[in-house]
Amino acid sequence: MYGFVEKESDLRIEDAVYDEVLDAGLGWMHELKPGQSFRILDMEGNQAVDTTFYDMTNPEDHYGAVQTVTMQGNIYLTTGSILRAESGKPLLEITADKTGRHDTLGGACSSQSNTVRYAREKRYMHNCRDSFMLQLADSDVDIRKRDLAPNINFFMNVPVTKEGGLKFDDGVSAPGKYVEMKALEHVMVLISNCPQLNNPCNAYHPTPVRLLIWD
Amino acid sequence: MQKIWTKEFKPGEKWSGLIGKGKYIHFKALGDNANLSVLMYNMRDTSERYNMPDTLKAQYTSHLTRGNVLMSDNGRVLASIVEDSLGWHDSISGYTTRLLTDEKYGKTTYQEQGNDYYRCGEENFKVELVRNNMGKRDLVPCVNLFSKVYVEEDGSMHYEKDHCKAGATVTLRTEMDMIFIVSNTPNPLDPSKEYPSVPVTMEVYDAPPVDLTDECVNYRSENYRAFENTWDYYNLLGV
Repeated sequence: MYGFVEKESDLRIEDAVYDEVLDAGLGWMHELKPGQSFRILDMEGNQAVDTTFYDMTNPEDHYGAVQTVTMQGNIYLTTGSILRAESGKPLLEITADKTGRHDTLGGACSSQSNTVRYAREKRYMHNCRDSFMLQLADSDVDIRKRDLAPNINFFMNVPVTKEGGLKFDDGVSAPGKYVEMKALEHVMVLISNCPQLNNPCNAYHPTPVRLLIWD
Repeated sequence: MQKIWTKEFKPGEKWSGLIGKGKYIHFKALGDNANLSVLMYNMRDTSERYNMPDTLKAQYTSHLTRGNVLMSDNGRVLASIVEDSLGWHDSISGYTTRLLTDEKYGKTTYQEQGNDYYRCGEENFKVELVRNNMGKRDLVPCVNLFSKVYVEEDGSMHYEKDHCKAGATVTLRTEMDMIFIVSNTPNPLDPSKEYPSVPVTMEVYDAPPVDLTDECVNYRSENYRAFENTWDYYNLLGV
């Protein structure tokens, strides 16, 4: 593992103002106020958590995958990484990290990408984009399909080689590992707890994650 | 082959237009270290657009070259790369912002520099998106033709200087009817202190029909299935 800044959080679980378990295959949409801390805890290990953000003072400014990696000059995220909007505006900072490997280039799975990547018959399988869209359908915020830009996959391991290769590898996460970030702005978090069964991103066994927020 | 259209993009210039399926779009760098940032949207439903993650993961690659296809978020092929003199085009480093352009090359304004002021990908794309009835919310990772950005094992990103020499070419073949947006602005990771001044030409030709022996169709089984999705789409539309 390279460029991993391992850091424990000093926040105590009993002080969290929000503490819920999100099963695999479900979406989640929740606001964070500036200064709030948000932890995603991998309960059983190797669970990909597809996550994106919107700047609530300007919801047209979605999470910017390339702005985030290009401005830090590195495709991987760890403690100290600033998660930026498409405009380049800092939205959150990763403040604790126990795995050191979070994917920024793989995006979310969809029915359509499943047909391309695996087989036409895989279209019926549940996928992250459907979970995102169900959340958007039930939200009052004006975030639509066109706002679903490339996202982060926390705990997912997508190594890129100097020769220009890219693959999906077994995760480096384990039960109880987590990533924690502090909101620098009023942001909306949109998550799909990934149900993908066709590649090792969830160790072929999607599992629940625990989501915690501190004031 | 019948040339339909030709255009030379000055340094900093932008352009957008509708391009139907079945065209070759041939680009040529007229100087070293060119970078042409490109976005693509389905003309009939602009919420379907070039998707960097789906393109890269389906083809197990972090760079783009001949044989690769540029996929939409709906599992279809927007365009194929049918010719490439360079072997590497970038899609992971994005476009230049106003902030980066001012910091790197010095602040310029129209008031002071007139039309020589330094354009950036961010503003060029925003303007062309609004022109096409979209907006900044439709900004997504672009393709950077002519640029090589590689990633070391530690995840660090590196722009390869002198990858693109004058005369380098790349040819796309459109597989869908699209809004095609171009910004001839520097790669954000190009360390050059001088604003790169590299014109690029774009020529559009009618392409012959794609058949099942096509190199891009058969480059990977994933590509074949993405073409099937694309053909289904047009068969159902009846166009």
